[in-house]
Amino acid sequence: MKPSFTVALAGNPNSGKTTLFNALTGARQHVGNYPGVTVEKKEGPYTLADGSRCNIVDLPGTYSLTAYSVEEVVARDFLVQERPDVVINIVDASNLERNLYLTTQLLELGAPMVVALNMMDVAKDRGINIDSDKLATLLGVPVAPIIARSGQGTVALMEEARRLGQQNPAWNPLHISYGEDLDNTLLQMEKVVSDQGLLTDTYPARWLAVKYLENDSQVKEKTEQGNREAAAALSRMTAEASRHLQTTLETFPESLIADHRYGYIKSILRQGVLSHRHDADRLYTSDRIDRVLTNRFLGPLLMLAVLFGLYNFTFSYSELPVAWLDGLFGWLSEAAEAGLPDGPLKSMVISGVIDGVGGVLGFVPIIMFMFFGIAILEDSGYLARVAFMMDRVFQTFGLHGSSVMAYIVSGGIAGGCAVPGVMATRTLKSRRERLATLLTVSFMNCGAKLPVLALLTAVFFSDRQALVMFLLTLLAWAVALLVAKFYRLTVLKGPSTPFVMELPPYRLPTFRGLLIHTWERTWQYIKKAGTVILAISILLWAMMTFPGLPEEEEARFSGRREAVSATYGGEELDERLAAIDRQEAERGLELSLAGRIGRGLEGVSRWAGFDWRTNIALVGGFAAKEVVISTLGTAYSLGEVDPEASESLAATLANDPAWNPVKALAMIIFVMFYAPCFVTVVCIVREAGSWKWGALAVGFNTLFAFALAVAVYQAGMALGLG
Amino acid sequence: MAKINLRRMARNQSGVITAIKVAGELGQRIREMGLVPGTRITIQGRAPLNDPVALRVMGGTLSLRNNEADHIEVEVEEQQP
Repeated sequence: MKPSFTVALAGNPNSGKTTLFNALTGARQHVGNYPGVTVEKKEGPYTLADGSRCNIVDLPGTYSLTAYSVEEVVARDFLVQERPDVVINIVDASNLERNLYLTTQLLELGAPMVVALNMMDVAKDRGINIDSDKLATLLGVPVAPIIARSGQGTVALMEEARRLGQQNPAWNPLHISYGEDLDNTLLQMEKVVSDQGLLTDTYPARWLAVKYLENDSQVKEKTEQGNREAAAALSRMTAEASRHLQTTLETFPESLIADHRYGYIKSILRQGVLSHRHDADRLYTSDRIDRVLTNRFLGPLLMLAVLFGLYNFTFSYSELPVAWLDGLFGWLSEAAEAGLPDGPLKSMVISGVIDGVGGVLGFVPIIMFMFFGIAILEDSGYLARVAFMMDRVFQTFGLHGSSVMAYIVSGGIAGGCAVPGVMATRTLKSRRERLATLLTVSFMNCGAKLPVLALLTAVFFSDRQALVMFLLTLLAWAVALLVAKFYRLTVLKGPSTPFVMELPPYRLPTFRGLLIHTWERTWQYIKKAGTVILAISILLWAMMTFPGLPEEEEARFSGRREAVSATYGGEELDERLAAIDRQEAERGLELSLAGRIGRGLEGVSRWAGFDWRTNIALVGGFAAKEVVISTLGTAYSLGEVDPEASESLAATLANDPAWNPVKALAMIIFVMFYAPCFVTVVCIVREAGSWKWGALAVGFNTLFAFALAVAVYQAGMALGLG
Repeated sequence: MAKINLRRMARNQSGVITAIKVAGELGQRIREMGLVPGTRITIQGRAPLNDPVALRVMGGTLSLRNNEADHIEVEVEEQQP
């Protein structure tokens, strides 16, 4: 059945908006994106008491309707362009005064609205008494008290919304007085707007004029595109009002407007709507918890423990399901190995499709566990405290206190994974800080780089391996933070996004909320990233396989096999045949597209001490960093080396005169910092919203890593350490 | 009674905001959180490295960086001993 009407859900962050949305729509919600931006658009159906259905759209949580953040622009564009039949504005009853600031702006816009007065239970516990009928009368819109966590009052709320929606009332913008000076200016501006018909089909005239006084970039731009002269006239009036206010009151129009909005709120609350039984500054349980959790000495220690706990939870508990998936795909490979005839199709099915799908799904348990863990921290309110405690450090590098989560998950504690790390940057609301974080998390030593680093340090720095590995973790942190700073001074230049944020009261997360949150994110990864990852995986397989051996070479290998078969028998024969297989694999790799690239780059890569074998391995590492080991094994005619059991490769490298500690160190540095694996790149593109950021991560990181590797190699060789 | 910068307030000290001296996004973000002239605030504490600062306002807790607090002028009720 077609939904009869649309309901938009608006409210502050931490007001319980998501909880209400989950309570109303349950698991039937659909998550997408608003066109052109990376802001999530959640919607879901709700069946009303009379059996008709409506569509509920969850707008991004905001405190205002300015044009400073994408979330705010998305929310207000939805309201004025899509014209929902009813807006439900959810407000936190235990924090009413501040929450009504957004309510006031919604009233000024004039959409038909119902106020959902949430957390009535919390307010009552805090000795706050609210007369909701009086509030409704004074605001001029219906008010429905609810407790979103338990679902109490939501049926009555939706009934109220239905009643209002079916009346289909005209928009009725609230006029607030902003003081004599601004009111006069606004009257003049309104006249210009109405006379010229400036965007009057989209915005109420007075609202547009107020936005001009608030210096709203989006509204100004739109007006200028429509009518340059009228826009200039409005700008002139704004400038005049602004000058006048600054000389007489030493204030800006926008702050006067905010003051009067709060004045309007206070005047309503004072008329017997709100009464406190206790002192408003009384300390609640949440504040007592904070005394311990954000304590100067205890706070950071507990935070380290919590972050370490999150890390362990993500990577240890996901081990078992990862192993099951590995087993399943191993079994599929074996079945294909046995069931398909030899040839390129078999190779593609096994190495391209099965390994590719396995690669996509292999991350799923990790992503699920990470999002579950982060959702607990986020919903409980602890994440805001982490940002609070860590901000001083990260602020120095142009980042945000919340960046720490993404770095830890990516391998800040060695052995993480950048794929969930990139996704963990979603907890960051400020754009530049978020991009700088998601472009640098891949510098951390993830679990796939560790076998490579372990192999090389074991062979060349065996007496100090633990120390070297520890130093490499510190190096990763230093490079990530410094490159982030570099980005913030260049491509992501700009003032830091205001940090001002709420430290919401601690709350016990709802299990249902956690599950919905986790499933949503994971499904998005499978659906959106999965297909691209599979395609690239097949492409990489083709690069490492084709064009393959020319006929005469293939004939030569066959000839050698026949000769060996005629001469030897038993185990001796098997060993010799296997050796020929390995040599053929090496030759095949050398002649493949990847091999040719490796050969071609030898002229340049020599500067860092890398020969063609190393180059091919590094090209293969773009699939996943641990592939460096298996490819290096093939290139040294050892067959495919298992990254977890690389003794044969270790012995080869130790005895090869072309390898020495300096070359090993150059290689370690390069592997740590060059292009992220393509799964990470795909996730960067998805999260950042444009291919250009993925291209930057690949291009910049590779050049940067190469420069470092060359510096290390040349300096080391010059000092005679090779 | 004295007007001081929010950055200079001590833990547990209370006061009433007298002016927000910044426009643009930062000014907006400060105001939308309820930090407007006439609002009473109490410093709840500071992060381990002294920055940011946490304060109580209108029954909730907010945090902001010291360089953001610089724009907020407060009339303090009593000088802490």
